[in-house]
Amino acid sequence: MDKDGVKGERVEGGFRYSAGTQLVQVHPGWLPSRRVSACYQIVMLNFPSDVMTLVVRHYYCLRNRGGRSKRPMTEVSVTKDAVPMADDLVVLQNVNKHFGALHVLQDIDLTITRGEVVVVIGPSGSGKSTLCRTINRLESIDSGAISIDGKPLPAEGKALARLRADVGMVFQSFNLFAHKTVLENVTLGQLKVRKADKKAAEEKARALLDRVGVSTQADKYPAQLSGGQQQRVAIARALAMDPKVMLFDEPTSALDPEMINEVLEVMQQLARDGMTMIVVTHEMGFARSAANRVVFMADGRIVEEAVPDQFFSNPRSDRAKDFLSKILHH
Amino acid sequence: MFDFLSDYDDPSLLGAFWTTVQLTVLSGVGSLVWGTILAAMRVSPVPLMRGFGTAYVNIVRNIPLTVIIVFTSLGLSDIFGVTMGASDFEVRGFRLAVLGFVAYTAAFVCEAIRSGINTVPLGQAEAARAIGLNFTQILRLIVLPQAFRSVIGPLANVLIALTKNTTVAAAIGVAEAALLMKEMIENEAQTLLIGAIFAFGFVVLTLPTGLILGWLSKRLAVKR
Repeated sequence: MDKDGVKGERVEGGFRYSAGTQLVQVHPGWLPSRRVSACYQIVMLNFPSDVMTLVVRHYYCLRNRGGRSKRPMTEVSVTKDAVPMADDLVVLQNVNKHFGALHVLQDIDLTITRGEVVVVIGPSGSGKSTLCRTINRLESIDSGAISIDGKPLPAEGKALARLRADVGMVFQSFNLFAHKTVLENVTLGQLKVRKADKKAAEEKARALLDRVGVSTQADKYPAQLSGGQQQRVAIARALAMDPKVMLFDEPTSALDPEMINEVLEVMQQLARDGMTMIVVTHEMGFARSAANRVVFMADGRIVEEAVPDQFFSNPRSDRAKDFLSKILHH
Repeated sequence: MFDFLSDYDDPSLLGAFWTTVQLTVLSGVGSLVWGTILAAMRVSPVPLMRGFGTAYVNIVRNIPLTVIIVFTSLGLSDIFGVTMGASDFEVRGFRLAVLGFVAYTAAFVCEAIRSGINTVPLGQAEAARAIGLNFTQILRLIVLPQAFRSVIGPLANVLIALTKNTTVAAAIGVAEAALLMKEMIENEAQTLLIGAIFAFGFVVLTLPTGLILGWLSKRLAVKR
């Protein structure tokens, strides 16, 4: 078990974790705790132009993604209507990709608005991970167009590197830099890509490590950490770049069951803080509680898109019904 | 028994081995640098560079070292007039030999490092790309440091081979250990003793190299 998983309560990043795995929010806002205000400061400093959107969204998120309480569908559509069309952050149009003879992405159209949490689910080999990886061009596409924050995805070179810095990515196998300490993992991008000052970068890294609950491990090497801790460091490493959107490629699939929750908790908190997230996962609980929208993929196509409650209780397509019957009832 | 050794003072036994050490260290550093550049070329996304790296390694490592060293002297120096900035015959021979050793050994260093690069999981480079590092940064900060640590053992082999290969420099008159040995064997009767002395000298140079680098490779191994 995680080292700082103390019995009873612990308070981290302004949120109180009760003895179980449940996350109880102490206060809906940012004022009381020093740590939360530090996080807030980071956000405010880095998204100056979007501050108002963020504030508004933050409240929407708190209201609408309310933990485990089931929310009525109508409220979701209200949220969606409140998002202006110009706020499309990630847009995929008619995207196609082949792996040899395998047509792994077929005519994918997907739009993710700022602040939205989209969960992509589907059977293995349905193209979920590939879809996720095309968004920061770890996989190239054969045809179609992808744009992020209004800018088309550059093909190669400096422009692509700059774009990747704005898109955080969390991998199934963590991929922490094995020869660098936890702290160095989180500061590297700030120093080499953002050209940040070393002291500022370390300060920010420590604040982020604190936020994901691994601040005591800062000077260790990744191999010395548990899987759950490594994945939380990976999330902190991505957050250190102040990404506009975070991609999660099956972030809990390589974890021992008892470590899954500590990672999901961090992700849920991120969602509440208004981060735009695209999450490929098999964690249906997370999809229910944190997602604004579920995208169901099968055989390289988006078969169904719906709000979580509708998708899980009343899927429209036969393929989704079949999939859900296999995973939900046994 | 060892009286005859005092008859040789230009170079002395130690002086000759000192030249061997100098040849080894300079060629070692040079081939490490050039070999790393070649390895970077061989994994680069630019086809022209990959082609050059592959061609270089496959040509150079298949030519006998003696041919390369003799060519530096008879070809580069005598025909093309490359003097390596030296007017003195001795110094010129030494520098040409270093050039030859670097060119030759780099091919082996390149292959060792390339095999090290292959031990670094693809995810490391992907994670580095995902935070916006460019190709040279990924290689310099993420991939090569891990690759080097995993190939310290193979590189120790290359370094030991290089130490012994420096004897080929005798072919172009560099006053290192092997040249002195040849001279002693011509002049003295104790052939077996002379052979033993020089063999021991090389073991003294290479054995600690292997042991120290072996220890280092264990110590610096990247834990995954």
